[in-house]
Amino acid sequence: MAMKFEKTGEGTYMLDVCGYVCPHPQIYCKKSLEKMGEGDVVEVILDNPSSVETISQMCDQVGHDILERKTEGGKTYLKIKKG
Amino acid sequence: MLFYFKFMVARAAMMPQKIKKRVKEGKIVEERKNQIWAFALTGLLILISLMYYKANVFYMYSIVYIWFGFAYGMMLQYGRFCFASASRDLFAAGVPRMAVGIMVALVFFSLIQATLKATDMSTFKPAPFGIHTMISGLIFGVGMVIAGGCASGSLYKIGEGNMTSFLAAFFGLSIGQAIFVDVKWFNFLIPQKWIDSAMAKGLPSEKVTSSFDYYLAGYVWDQPSIQLSKTKFISEALPGASKYFVGDALLNAIIPAIILLIVIYAVWNRKGFIKKRAKQKGGQTGFGDELAGIWNMITASKRTTIMGVIIGITAGLHIFVIKGMQLKFGITNFGQLLTQMGFTSEVSIRGTVFDPGYWYITTQEAQLGAWILQKMGWDMMDNVFFGVNNGIPGLLRNPALWLSIGIIFGAMVMAKLSNEFKFKMPKGELIAWGLIGGLLMGIGSRPSLGCNIGAFFIRAAGGDPSGWLYGIGMVGGAFIGVKFFNWWSERKMAKEMEAF
Repeated sequence: MAMKFEKTGEGTYMLDVCGYVCPHPQIYCKKSLEKMGEGDVVEVILDNPSSVETISQMCDQVGHDILERKTEGGKTYLKIKKG
Repeated sequence: MLFYFKFMVARAAMMPQKIKKRVKEGKIVEERKNQIWAFALTGLLILISLMYYKANVFYMYSIVYIWFGFAYGMMLQYGRFCFASASRDLFAAGVPRMAVGIMVALVFFSLIQATLKATDMSTFKPAPFGIHTMISGLIFGVGMVIAGGCASGSLYKIGEGNMTSFLAAFFGLSIGQAIFVDVKWFNFLIPQKWIDSAMAKGLPSEKVTSSFDYYLAGYVWDQPSIQLSKTKFISEALPGASKYFVGDALLNAIIPAIILLIVIYAVWNRKGFIKKRAKQKGGQTGFGDELAGIWNMITASKRTTIMGVIIGITAGLHIFVIKGMQLKFGITNFGQLLTQMGFTSEVSIRGTVFDPGYWYITTQEAQLGAWILQKMGWDMMDNVFFGVNNGIPGLLRNPALWLSIGIIFGAMVMAKLSNEFKFKMPKGELIAWGLIGGLLMGIGSRPSLGCNIGAFFIRAAGGDPSGWLYGIGMVGGAFIGVKFFNWWSERKMAKEMEAF
């Protein structure tokens, strides 16, 4: 298990924090968004329910848009556009 | 009407497609399996409760703890209710969700506690007040951030399948805590006056041996306990039941909670909200917008806030029911019932076992650790903590331990029902974080005689200012923990970004 932060294309990124528990997913998500440019999109994959709640509120407060959100097999996929 | 009809026809035509798709993707099968698991787990607890009732009516006591634990577990999981997240998410992500939830729970719990005290149905006891409480909270605060959950949060996360939390709860809070209260490793740090004071308490000398014994009997027991409604000033100024509502609830819980909510809003929430509001209004904002901002912060995470209200009420109801059980059986501690049933070797020399009478976490986990160590040949009753105060009931005869098990079961049922259960074995760094964090939580909950629940939540809502001392320490510890993880994650991010 290791955290993965990859550039998947021009302005698109992928952050995989599956297996991690609080507070790692929200810290890595915040740091990823800080490293990205405005308008860039990151797909965050995580399996820690309380981190999903925190990340959603963080995006709402800061002004990032959650473009897509789905949960499958205990994993949540969040597509976030940096605002 | 025609539009509605067309809509319904279209919806009916769509449904089978949706269901087919979900069946194809295996989602329906997974959901059904999870529901069966949830029913099976609940059924198992019902069966255990019936077996207890059949064995002896005294075990009604354990049954009450089981089902309150179950209710807490469901609520904690649904509301993602973790005290670690309250300060940690503020410092790490600027998110006030959990801090708001806890303040809401505190307000409701304090009002119910005051009502129970006014009707003489409370089991609340204030704790010795002193700087030790804050130091203990500081250690606990660092531990809860590193472990990824507070004492109650770790239990509900075990219910979600999170085995990092299991490492923290089992090796840190259970085994680590039990060892901590029994060893003599820190005797060289103990001042002579603590030793003298402990030995002057009239306890059997064979029970006062560990470093923690000298600290507990020689220092903590000498500190004053404060409950605002019982202070001279408030009890004289407010005769009758109003002292509980004004002294304990309003002054010690509600006003500090409101002040904290305002501070959290001003520091973390206001800027973003007022900016949005000004944009919407196209200009100036006023006091009404500030109030709207505070309300927006409170209702931002409805599931957490609603659970805050329900947890507060349930915690009060828990006290009421336990007090009712004590009155029914004519006892003040479950140890009296264990003695009546013949389990005299499991109770302390005072005839007591740990029976808080309210929501509590860490001491019963220490008892579990002590029970295991005792089975391995370690004498765990030769100290004040177990031998004089809390006893070590058999695994199936420990009502408070059933509260913790109930929390795990309740959270598991809720996680299964919402398809969020996922068995996660810790790997790599998480093993270290679970063990170190759990151990720090274990050590951080002993000197204060409680954790985020017993030392902070219960006391702050009960009129005991030492709850806030613990809370301040806990927040300080969380800040240190977040600083550490920020540094750690920054290193890892930099490594990942080398390839860009």
